[in-house]
Amino acid sequence: MHIPDGYLSPQTYLPLYGVSIGFWTIAQRKLKKQLSLKHVPYLAMAAAFSFVIMMFNIPIPGGTTGHAVGAAIIAILLGPWTAVLAVSVVLMIQALLFGDGGITALGANCFNMAVVMPFVSYGIFKLVKGKTARGSRIVVAAFLAGYLGLVVAALFTAFEFGIQPLIAAGANGRPLYAPYPLSVALPAMVLEHLFPFGVVEGLVTMLLLKYFLKHEPDLVYAVLDSSPNR
Amino acid sequence: MTRFQKKLWIGLLIMTLLTPLGILLPQKFKAEGAWGEWGTDKLEKLLGHVPEGLKRWAGLWKSPIPDYNFGGEGASMTLQVFSYIVSGLLGIGICAFVAYMISRFMARHGK
Repeated sequence: MHIPDGYLSPQTYLPLYGVSIGFWTIAQRKLKKQLSLKHVPYLAMAAAFSFVIMMFNIPIPGGTTGHAVGAAIIAILLGPWTAVLAVSVVLMIQALLFGDGGITALGANCFNMAVVMPFVSYGIFKLVKGKTARGSRIVVAAFLAGYLGLVVAALFTAFEFGIQPLIAAGANGRPLYAPYPLSVALPAMVLEHLFPFGVVEGLVTMLLLKYFLKHEPDLVYAVLDSSPNR
Repeated sequence: MTRFQKKLWIGLLIMTLLTPLGILLPQKFKAEGAWGEWGTDKLEKLLGHVPEGLKRWAGLWKSPIPDYNFGGEGASMTLQVFSYIVSGLLGIGICAFVAYMISRFMARHGK
């Protein structure tokens, strides 16, 4: 889901830089107000986790590969604004050091994976979980948070790819940037994330949440979030 | 560092050592790269040409370790596996450090 340089027109990547910078600014303000020192080591681990989980490319036999992002579990454990920061740091380092994702596309990649995904995941988790703090419902909520979070992030990415032929064409009428229209980009990216990549993100989210609820339940932001003094 | 945090770090290290699965399994199942992340040579094959704007910007940034592989495209699988683990260790270290420093300046006691 890391869009490389050259695939997005400036009309696409510049506004998305703007949106991401907006979210970074708000995230910084929010975290200055609410981030506790005891969460700092976990934020560092969250970034490391997101980096490493993205290295596990999952193959579709004879087809493409994809990977989980880890943004859903980070949003549930540490809050969506913390996830914005942690995953953005990861995407920046992947682009600069490993050429994974473009420099011009960094704003877009951060928007898809570090903004859209954590907020969608967090919203779905809260919605499905309801008022329960334990039990099977919370497990289902975690799975769906990871699953749908990744699928929606893929949907946004596919949309950004797919509108390029509409935005910019050369003198000969051929697309200047990403060549495939929405009718190709949307099914290609959404289907592979519906199965299998999204399922992996869902399972990772679910298993890690179970682990944290068992061993360090006081850490889980999305469960504490409903208490009155948050 | 608390005991729980130590455990989590050990988990992260074990995951990093297992990352070569992320290149070995795709090779075994003959899966190619991610959709929409083709290099210009692959696009040439897919389309018969490389879109002009894409060609102009594709080489914009020369990263120090492209594709988590410091052996280049023709590197042996052994070297790729080794590169992948080293990249993973570097990556988790740098990500953790940068995230730590940024959040350390934002966080306060007693919140």
